[in-house]
Amino acid sequence: MSELMGLQQKKIHPNKFTLWVALGSIVMMFAGLTSAYIVKRNQNGWLSFELPRIFWYSTLVILLSSLTIQMALRAFQEREMARYRLMITVTASLGLLFVTLQVLGFMSFQESGLKMIGRGSSASYSFLLAIGGLHAVHVLGGVIALLVMFFRAFSKKFRSYSIVPVEVVATYWHFVDILWIYLFIFFNWAN
Amino acid sequence: MSNEAIIQVEHGAGQEIHELHEGHHHHQSFITKYVFSQDHKMIAKQFLITGMIWAIIGGLMSVLFRIQLGYPDASFPILEDIFGHWAKGGKIQPEFYYALITMHGTILVFFVLTAGLSGTFANLLIPLQIGARDMASPMLNMLSYWFFFSASMVLFSSLFVQTGPAAGGWTVYPPLSALGDASQGSKIGMDLWLVALALFVISTLLGGLNYVSTILNMRTKGMSMTRMPLTIWAILFTAILGILSFPVLFSGFILLLFDRHLGTSFYLSDIVIGGKVLPNEGGSAILYQHLFWFLGHPEVYIIILPTMGLVSEVMSVNARKPIFGYMAMVGSLFAITVLAFLVWAHHMFVTGLNPFLGSFFVLLTLLIAVPSAIKVFNWLTTLWRGNIQFTTAMLFAIGFVSMFISGGLTGIFLGNSTLDMHLHDTYFVIAHFHIVMGISAFLGMFAGIYHWFPKMFGRYLNSTLGNLHFWITLVCAYIIFWPMHYEGFAGMPRRYYDYSSWESFKDFVELNKVISFAAILSFAAQLMFVFNFFYSIFYGRKVTTMNPWHSSTLEWTTPINPGHGNWPGEIPEVHRWPYDYGKDGKDFIAQTTPVDESESKH
Ligand code: HEM
Ligand SMILES: [Cu+2]
Repeated sequence: MSELMGLQQKKIHPNKFTLWVALGSIVMMFAGLTSAYIVKRNQNGWLSFELPRIFWYSTLVILLSSLTIQMALRAFQEREMARYRLMITVTASLGLLFVTLQVLGFMSFQESGLKMIGRGSSASYSFLLAIGGLHAVHVLGGVIALLVMFFRAFSKKFRSYSIVPVEVVATYWHFVDILWIYLFIFFNWAN
Repeated sequence: MSNEAIIQVEHGAGQEIHELHEGHHHHQSFITKYVFSQDHKMIAKQFLITGMIWAIIGGLMSVLFRIQLGYPDASFPILEDIFGHWAKGGKIQPEFYYALITMHGTILVFFVLTAGLSGTFANLLIPLQIGARDMASPMLNMLSYWFFFSASMVLFSSLFVQTGPAAGGWTVYPPLSALGDASQGSKIGMDLWLVALALFVISTLLGGLNYVSTILNMRTKGMSMTRMPLTIWAILFTAILGILSFPVLFSGFILLLFDRHLGTSFYLSDIVIGGKVLPNEGGSAILYQHLFWFLGHPEVYIIILPTMGLVSEVMSVNARKPIFGYMAMVGSLFAITVLAFLVWAHHMFVTGLNPFLGSFFVLLTLLIAVPSAIKVFNWLTTLWRGNIQFTTAMLFAIGFVSMFISGGLTGIFLGNSTLDMHLHDTYFVIAHFHIVMGISAFLGMFAGIYHWFPKMFGRYLNSTLGNLHFWITLVCAYIIFWPMHYEGFAGMPRRYYDYSSWESFKDFVELNKVISFAAILSFAAQLMFVFNFFYSIFYGRKVTTMNPWHSSTLEWTTPINPGHGNWPGEIPEVHRWPYDYGKDGKDFIAQTTPVDESESKH
């Protein structure tokens, strides 16, 4: 039996494994979109642009949130539940702030005359909204997962000390962070 | 199941889950047992029956448009009674016709042969054949079905909107699909189509994640990867294909929705509708085709791979011989999976694709014929000098090989871009893919249903009706699709409403009648199967032994009607590969039998 346990320890937990496969799937979606973008960029009539300042701030925010989720994970490991709850609250708020900043960024982009949607819009700009918007939806998904974790941390019914769900959410959170960094670099320097 | 059990299932890892899981399946309400079930066997049945309902709807649609194609001049007042203005004067209207072929394609490709097929057999067989109590995440599994169900509801509702469902072919190419003003079938019906397919993609992803995770993590002791039945290998590769290609389709749909509703121009440029010039500029409709076919080609293998697995298994059991070339089978599944991602542009040879680039796609496309041929060779050698049991399942498995050869050969014609210039968008393509994918996949799926029905319901399907079902289906399939090759050679384009007004295609009027007749007959044969299916669930001959087909795999070591958890005691340990048939003078040796010192090597 102890042998068996040892084996179990080495193996990656099925839920974590599932998460990694899911991330592969999300990567494929953004790979599809960004390669479409690259193909379009090489055709005539491409209009290049510069990202508004706001996106730099949102990038900072999401970077910071990666730090806080890591702190939440650490707190959980040390069974510091109060600190854990605080940190996931901060992370979720930063996530919401990020999404808000993204929306403001899109709006200022559209208003500055680089039309992403509507009459006179250009696909060169629309990509920013389509890809960035889809990314923001993924961040929102992470926020919802954090909310679930938050309520679980208070619930009497779910007295679970398993770290797996926390690790899963943290991994996902880092992933959407890295994904945004990639997109940010992409939009800044690949157009 | 109580809450603690759910938590345990979610948080425990591997083996420990199993022990706790068991014993919680006694007090279940109707709702948790039959509706929101988390038992993989029940979810499999839900997928199967939903898929069957869709198959009947989709099949009926083909009967309707075959009536139009076979009898373009006749009028059938009853059609007007049923469909109202869609069949004015008893004649199917052009808009209706286009909607019918679009829905037929969508339903059969996605809802029947993807969800109905993978959903059924992945759910049923993975835990049973690898020795697990359930999927890695029963919860995700249940969600996968319910996303499929909501996709079904949305698509079904689109059949009843004022302007009709989506029309534009199952590939819904823009610009037509992007512009609501362009046609009736591009209005709300198209939005519902896109929403339905988006839900469908989510369902497929949730399912696929679970399948991969379960196969790689939850195998019982001794079940190494190379001891897995080929069904499981096939399902594994199918799931990987889906996980990597469906998201790309999803992104294509997102951009299409943007073009439809937000005035963007991803796919649109320089378009005039009814004399009105649209403002869209700079988009490219070809971009959509790339995104679509990057999924679209893997999708055809998502449909065929599971049936290849089912057929391999059924064939080995009923030939009482080990499958020939197990590792070659696995290797060719792998090769097909990799190549499937590298050939999508063979659907786009006539889009102005750079011929130099095209030649690479020709090469890669023809390469895919190699692993396909290896599989065919291995099936034939498995049959060779076997002690063949002609069960209904076996008939269907053999029929599958016949169809797959016929359809694979025509693929080689199409894979050559020079020939494809002539054949593209003709009936030759219709013949090719219906034979190699549509009919083959159906035959393979039937082989699976006839073979595992006893495991699903504890009763047998009636085999007289089954044999009749097989022969009518096989003969009709050839009558329907063989002549279409000639029509395609003659240049008869696909998706036209009425060919009788073309001088060059007038000769085919009689032939089209024959085809339509065979199509209606084969539809009737499928209804007979549906009757057999439901009748046998309640009144079929009862299964009295645990292992009715004398099969060596694990699913037949469970009780005749296994509960949630599959094995009442411990999960059996596995000691050998799944194909020890006719070895050392023994008819078969179960996977659970330890290897004997004196045994010969395989
Ligand atoms: C032997 C290997 C095969 C080759 C070389 C091949 C080649 C091709 C080519 C070049 C086309 C495009 C024809 C055109 O539109 O002009 C095509 C269409 C198609 N093939 Fe195959 N094929 C092969 C096997 C298969 C298999 C195994 C399946 C499915 C299980 C399949 C399903 C389809 C479908 C669904 C289409 C048509 C899609 C549409 O236009 O609506 N093919 N094939
Ligand atoms: Cu293809």
